[in-house]
Amino acid sequence: MSKLNLITKGLVKENPTFVLLLGMCPTLATTTSAINGMSMGLATMFVLILSNMAISAIARFIPDKVRIPAYIVVIATFVTLLQFLMQAFVPSIYESLGLFIPLIVVNCIILGRAEAFANKNGVLDSALDGIGIGLGFTIALTLLGIIRELLGNLSFFGWKFCQADGILAFVLAPGAFIALAYLIVVFRKVAEKK
Amino acid sequence: MAVNSSFKNMTLCLLVICFVCSALLAGVNVLTKGPIAKAVEAKTTAAVTAVVPECDIVSNVQSTEFNGNNYNYYVVRLGEDVVGYAIETSVSGFGGNLKLMVGFNTEGVVCNTSVLECNETPGLGAKCKEAAFADQFKDFNPSVKALKVRKDGGDVDAITASTITSRAYSLAVANAYEVYKSLTSVQEEAPVAEEEIGGTDNE
Repeated sequence: MSKLNLITKGLVKENPTFVLLLGMCPTLATTTSAINGMSMGLATMFVLILSNMAISAIARFIPDKVRIPAYIVVIATFVTLLQFLMQAFVPSIYESLGLFIPLIVVNCIILGRAEAFANKNGVLDSALDGIGIGLGFTIALTLLGIIRELLGNLSFFGWKFCQADGILAFVLAPGAFIALAYLIVVFRKVAEKK
Repeated sequence: MAVNSSFKNMTLCLLVICFVCSALLAGVNVLTKGPIAKAVEAKTTAAVTAVVPECDIVSNVQSTEFNGNNYNYYVVRLGEDVVGYAIETSVSGFGGNLKLMVGFNTEGVVCNTSVLECNETPGLGAKCKEAAFADQFKDFNPSVKALKVRKDGGDVDAITASTITSRAYSLAVANAYEVYKSLTSVQEEAPVAEEEIGGTDNE
């Protein structure tokens, strides 16, 4: 598989949100606005790249029976590190994402990539895989956030272009499911044609 | 998988990983401790200065007990003179805690309020952060106007379809006013009588 392929497969063929339907909890919960969705995607991507690299480097030394606890400790370390950094340098985003930052630890995309890819491949390939899957996740969350913010609040990345009220349901939980379902439909149609 | 899953290997492996990870986190913690404290402080100072009259010194956080609850408050000064108080209050709203910072000048008039923590429904209760609702508390004098929504016989215009949030917001400001009264009656002895008259008016 070529290096470029490693990145693009995360965007389309193995898109974690639209195709694999992984990590639904943060996807549905944090995409109330475009900026929240994007920050969540970037935060997850950061952890995914680092944990993929670390795990691919140390996988050889980990006995098979304790690999899951070992991976979780590595992932939790990077998440805590990210939490410290966000709290220190972007406190406003840290606050709006709240509980979902520590929950990246149990995001199944990250553990899934560690199990399915990083522990069988080299450091560089794992990093590229992390970038690809992370970008796919970020794009999906940003798209979902943009749509929900547009319909629910009539604004785009916080810029309110119309003073009227939007369709409130799209900012609330039901809107997340509806918007995600339609996005998946559109994505599958487009991906099928290729 | 080159390493055998023997008891010794597994223990050793987890031990080493945990040790390295804790060491790494301890290091990052030391590095980010300063910036985190600074960010928290900048946030409180900004929250305080947004709700009180013009001032140049914000005191450290102080705390007082009132009706069995602890309230954090900040005294602000312009030069030597005390020009106002900012009091943090927390009440239950519709979707969890609603935490406000309420600023008073020395005459007991609310200067402004700001929302510190809000879990209200977006598009409904969360509108309490918007100027259309929050601005009615600017220059609100609780000794002549009642801090209740109009439905309950007060002078606060509720947000449409969010009476619970509006009630909670009014209650938070009312609590802050009670704390303010208890603070000023302790610190200045002379105006106690006046404050009590103001207090009975409000009942």
